[in-house]
Amino acid sequence: MQSFHGKSVYKGIAMGSILIWKKNNVQIKRLKIEDAEAEVSRVGVAVTESVRQLQALYDKALKEVGESSAAIFEVHQMLLEDEDYLDAVHNMIRAEHVNAEYAVAVTGDNFAGMFADMDDDYMRARAADVRDISDRLARNLAGRGETGFDFANPVIVVADDLSPSETVQMDKGKILGFVTVHGSTNSHTAILARMMNIPALVGVPVDLENLEDGTLAIVDGYQGQVVFEPSGEACRKAETRMEKEREQLWLLQTLKGKENITLDGHKINIYANIGNIGDVGYVLENDAGGIGLFRSEFLYLGRNDFPTEEEQFQAYRQVLLNMAGKKVIIRTLDIGADKQVEYFNFGKEDNPAMGYRAIRICLKQPDIFKTQLRALLRAAVFGNLSVMYPMITSVEEVRAVWGIVAEVHGELESLDIPHKVPEQGIMVETPAAVMVSDELARLVDFFSIGTNDLTQYTLAIDRQNERLDDFYNPHHPAILRMIQMVVVNAHAHGKWVGICGELGSDLELTERFVRMGVDELSVAPGMVLSLRKIVREMKVGK
Amino acid sequence: MKEFEHVVADSMGIHARPAGMLAKEAKKYGSKVFIRKDEKRVEATKLMAIMGLGVKCGQKVGVEVSGPDEDAAYAGMKKFFEENL
Repeated sequence: MQSFHGKSVYKGIAMGSILIWKKNNVQIKRLKIEDAEAEVSRVGVAVTESVRQLQALYDKALKEVGESSAAIFEVHQMLLEDEDYLDAVHNMIRAEHVNAEYAVAVTGDNFAGMFADMDDDYMRARAADVRDISDRLARNLAGRGETGFDFANPVIVVADDLSPSETVQMDKGKILGFVTVHGSTNSHTAILARMMNIPALVGVPVDLENLEDGTLAIVDGYQGQVVFEPSGEACRKAETRMEKEREQLWLLQTLKGKENITLDGHKINIYANIGNIGDVGYVLENDAGGIGLFRSEFLYLGRNDFPTEEEQFQAYRQVLLNMAGKKVIIRTLDIGADKQVEYFNFGKEDNPAMGYRAIRICLKQPDIFKTQLRALLRAAVFGNLSVMYPMITSVEEVRAVWGIVAEVHGELESLDIPHKVPEQGIMVETPAAVMVSDELARLVDFFSIGTNDLTQYTLAIDRQNERLDDFYNPHHPAILRMIQMVVVNAHAHGKWVGICGELGSDLELTERFVRMGVDELSVAPGMVLSLRKIVREMKVGK
Repeated sequence: MKEFEHVVADSMGIHARPAGMLAKEAKKYGSKVFIRKDEKRVEATKLMAIMGLGVKCGQKVGVEVSGPDEDAAYAGMKKFFEENL
């Protein structure tokens, strides 16, 4: 038995024999050719054939995984017909009298290198697309045609990396899971695996040379683990879990469209947490009632400068429109601590978790804050927006926030720009906020309890420190009493309370939270139906 | 020569797909169409070159059109940018 860990792309379990996928990396040799023009026309023929194959892949993907995932093959067709790319291939053949295969391989490397050097994650990932089309072209030049994926029985595909065209060519019914050594969770393979609901792990440090086709393996997308040659005991366990998973999935689907209501008629809202516009699809797919936490950090991370008001406005507006009237709670910038951004120039802190972060940055550097607020107030016109502020510790901070919101509101009024002041609440994630929650409740429209930070600050435990695992009790009575206290204080002032931290999706606590009077739970999209099930099967009692 | 400026509103910037559509659109005209970003200037019919500009949401690009069907190309490109980017 041998096990490896990687990043999970799709949560699920698969068991079966493995198929090691190796690219037919035929070494491309540099050959001297006499007739350059004949070589150039061979390229033309191969391009036509490649475009035809890509059209077939596009049609296949369109049927199986939908338009948005199929679009990549349309892009591949256009890349293949790119003038600069083909000019470079032709020029090399003519100037150096080399064979077409060699010219394509070198040109492909050069163009892929250009994308790999760009300062943008999305564009860097396009290097793989350029390699994919160059491989295809070289294959067609050599007369090898399409790569074959004929497996008799369903398998777990283990590969160094998979290109989008390799992934989509595989017969869905024959794939149990994917394990790749390289590839990111944002790669096309990952996206396709998610669409196809296939357990998949990327970034698994396994040595393909030491593996054999047909070896039994278990892919566990929940733990991000793959086990080769598992013991009989491990197989039985996996089988039980797979059986349960199938049953569970089927049962949960029947809960779509139903209310989150207890047997004795108590209703609660179940919303979803997301961190990207692209996640909105999962929110709707899992029938969440709204978005309980939309982390706005994605707009600030992975770039070289602050996002503009217009950029933010477009992003917020798009989410509101896509959610079509359902509630969307956007949390203002929560950066600092473990989320560092270079262009902010924060400098190093000895204790970043207790440092310059979140609302503290916004109050100290109001320009950054006001840009975001202007974008939010403008977007509020387009749907059911709520805004919440992170890391609040005092009444004074909330008053300061209200002052800045009022300024922004005044500016938009005087410029006659359409806008609306949305519902506004705060994150309760410091023990200080809990202790003064009676006073805070007067000022705000709602509370959302961030249990991750609240637990870390209350128990004085750094969650990144593995040595403290024995001391960490997420169900510590101190935390549960704090949550109860916040609920009582909020309700005394007619305000509602949600939980958006990890504890919200702890199924052992769902009944308890409902009984405490928590009004909303916000969890990962995939957890929504599991929570709904518990709520619908419980009673609040007296 | 005619030119206009456009601020890209698509949240992904000029990513692969709209870049491909842009190249297709530019090929319809006899005029030369160039896209400018900062000091870089590329021909709009060249997909990889456009992608190489790495234009992100909120950034400004300049579009230059010159040639025999300048007016039609100008109108067509302007409409394309407004509708797709």
